[in-house]
Parts: sequence; C-alpha cells; structure tokens
Amino acid sequence: MSETAEKVKKIVVEHLGVEESKVTNEASFIDDLGADSLDTVELVMAFEEAFGVEIPDDAAEKITTVNDAIKYIEAQQGEADKA
Amino acid sequence: MGIASPLGIGVEHVWKRMLNAESGIAAIQNFDVSALPAKIAGQVPQGSKTEGKLDIGEWIPLKDQKKMDRFIQLALVAATEAVEDSGWMPGEDEEEARCATGVMIGSGIGGLESIYEAAQVVAAGRARRLSPFFIPSALINLASGHVSIKYGFKGPNHAVVTACATGVHALGDAARLIALGDADVMVAGGAEGAVNDIGLAGFCAARALSTGYNDTPVLASRPWDEDRDGFVMGEGAGVVVLEEYEHAKARGAKIYAEVIGYGMSGDAHHITAPSDTGDGAFRSMRAALRSARVEPEGVQYVNAHGTSTPLGDDLELGAVERLWGDAGSKLAMSSTKSAIGHLLGAAGAVEGIFSILAIRDQVAPPTLNLHKPSRESIIDRVPREAQQRPIEVALSNSFGFGGTNASIVFRGAP
Repeated sequence: MSETAEKVKKIVVEHLGVEESKVTNEASFIDDLGADSLDTVELVMAFEEAFGVEIPDDAAEKITTVNDAIKYIEAQQGEADKA
Repeated sequence: MGIASPLGIGVEHVWKRMLNAESGIAAIQNFDVSALPAKIAGQVPQGSKTEGKLDIGEWIPLKDQKKMDRFIQLALVAATEAVEDSGWMPGEDEEEARCATGVMIGSGIGGLESIYEAAQVVAAGRARRLSPFFIPSALINLASGHVSIKYGFKGPNHAVVTACATGVHALGDAARLIALGDADVMVAGGAEGAVNDIGLAGFCAARALSTGYNDTPVLASRPWDEDRDGFVMGEGAGVVVLEEYEHAKARGAKIYAEVIGYGMSGDAHHITAPSDTGDGAFRSMRAALRSARVEPEGVQYVNAHGTSTPLGDDLELGAVERLWGDAGSKLAMSSTKSAIGHLLGAAGAVEGIFSILAIRDQVAPPTLNLHKPSRESIIDRVPREAQQRPIEVALSNSFGFGGTNASIVFRGAP
C-alpha cells in the first residue's frame, strides 16, 4: 500500500469512527462506511489539510470511495511533482 | 427523569448529594481564567458513569461528539436517563406511538463554544476550513433534534429559548402541548454548556457573577445571605418525560408527579435587572397557582429562582411574601442553586426535578451558605440542612434576562 493510501485510510478511520478492516479501496463512504453528506464534506476537508491539496467542490462530489480519494490525491501530487 | 449537573450524573445520585448539603461549585481548571474576576463555576465532574460522573465517550461515539456542542451532549445524557427511566421507547414498528411522542429541550445560550471556535477559524482567514458541523452543532433546537433522532420520536420537535427561564417554559409548554392533544408524550427540559472563556467573560462584563469567593468556591452561592455577591455559572441538563395521564396509567408507567399549573409573565422593565417591585415574579406565580386551581396555602414548597444576586433574591422573597400572606409561615422555600450554581437554560428543568423529588420524599432541599439573611422573613428558607416536612404541592420559579418569568406547579402522583 502506498504512503498516500495508508494516510487516506487512517483519516477515514478517525473521522468516520469505523474499523480499519472495513476501509477497503472499494469501500463507499456513504454506502459502506456509514457517512452522511456532511461527513463526506468534512472528510474532503481533512484530505485537503493532510495532503496540502485543493479539492474543488465539483471534484469532491466525484470522490465517493476510498480509492477515488487515493487516486485524486496521487494525481494532484503527481502534478505538483512535475511543476 | 434525567440530570447532568455539577453534583454529578443521575437523578438519585445528585439528589442524595443535594440532601447531604454537598456543593458542586469549584475552581475552573479547564481554561484560563487569570484575566477574569470570576474564577469558579459549577461544572459537571469528569469521570466514569459508575462514580456518577461524566465520561462523554460512555454516552456518545467519538465521531458524533464533534457534531454537537457541549450543551447538546449534556442534553443527550440527561434525555437518555429520562427516557430509559420512563420505559417509553416505542420501536420502529410502532409508528403511531412514535408520532405521538415529541421533544422540547431548550437552552439559554446554545452552542457558544462552537461559535467561538468557528469565529477563530474565520478570523484567521480560513473560512473555507469551517466544519460542516458548525451550524448544526450550535443551533439550540438541535438538542431536541438529536434526542428525536436517537429514539425515533416523530411528534412535535420544538425548543424554548428564554434565557434562564428556558427550563420552566419547556416543561410548561410541553405539558400544554399534551393538554392540547398535539402529543401523548413529551420529552422536555433544558440544557446549558456555556462555562467557557466567552460565556464567563460575558457574565463578568454584565457584573452578574460572584467574584469574592474565588478561594472558597463552595461558599460563593449563598442565596438571601447578607454576604452574597452574585451568581455562580453552572452547566448541565435536566430532562423529564411528560405523559398524558390516562396514557401513562394504561401502560403502568412509573409516575413521579403531575404538572398541575403553569404561569408566565413579562417584566417590561429592563434587559437584565428584575422589576423594582418583584411584580413580574408575583404575577408569574399567581398565574401558575390560578391555572393549578390551588390557593397559596395549598403549596408547601417553593424552589426559588434565588440566584444569589444582591437584587433578585429579596425581590423574589418579597413577591412570595405578598402572594402567600400569613400562609407564608407554613411555607418552605429554598434555592438549590446554592449547591449547583445557576444552570441558566437548564436551571428550571433541573430545579423542576428537585421540586418533584421534594414531593416524593417529603423533604425540602437546603439553601447552602445561608447564615445571616439580608432580610428576615416568616418564610422558612431551609438554611444549610434539608428538612423533612409534608409536601403535597410544590412550585418552581425561573426568571430570565429580558424580563421573562415562569412558574410551574407539581402535585404528587395521583
């Protein structure tokens, strides 16, 4: 597991109060991890803080699973590395 | 019934300590008070449920705690005790019963701590970082909201906001909703969690708090005593389950008491000071006794608003003396704020519970620290020790900033 993936999962565990084993790549925040729409807003803000990235609202709406978050953040970090 | 208070968690535990003349007032340690003249408060003691103390993690999952200000957390603690005590928890398949059960838990100030923290985030130029839970954490009616969500109570969902009269208004208004047929059962009460930097600073600025007993906190709240110098801020929550009588009887519910009267008035005088004559208090009590169809001599105990402020205590006493006349010589009136401080929006609900317990146990709780009254009276103010005495009917007063007054009358279980 990449460093980013590990960090994302840790944030999800902390914010949603779920067991680590449930936070699989495929897990949906709302359908599988008991989050509501406000939880997901807070989760995205936590990702922004932790990784120093900006996640605009239209992109945030598409982040519905753990993997979506990892992919988005890794892409952002890739952009940053190129710059 | 359910209580979270500076004397601890749990109705029986708190009541026992109250009758033992113990105090819940102590030095504030969880934030810096060095810049303020008042350095003491009544705070809910930290510790496990088994010790009658509060470990919020035992009541509310960590992930939900951040979604609610302290006043909501305290409301949930008291409401959980009250609902479990009542045994009224209709299941998902009892839709009709759920729809006939409402919630009315108010607060005087609401989520002050949440507003304070959010203001700091915005002031630091980080408005986009504001928690999505900020608004629902601070809103006063979210205490009622959370309780309804926890238990599936789908009836009237309401919240009272009348400063320090909130608790009595909530109990009285909820009882009226039942009488009017809007609900069969109402979970009603008040909650406050404003013992923090700006809450304390705000009441200091209004010159309302005791400042002369910082080194001896348990002596600070001393209603009617000559040496009183202001009220002591407190936090907590009181919640009761009110129920239509036939409904309660039919299910064999444990009935503590009956709400038989409720009265209200406005001072139309000043934003923080009571009217010079105590007229607002007088009319509130008179209205409550009228609605109860009880003469003053039919009341044996009054739980006073009695905050330990120089002005308010004697004005309330004067109003009671005028209303009771000679019957005052048989009346006991005490201020339980002497032990827990002033719980603001929770005060009336917690004190309503004390009034009900006074009837149940035939005992008037004491007014701590009352050594030398600033004014003599024929009314027994139960100085320093609880008194066993016959109590059939009790009245509880709460008065708030803005000149709002409320009184509620209870009688023992029929």
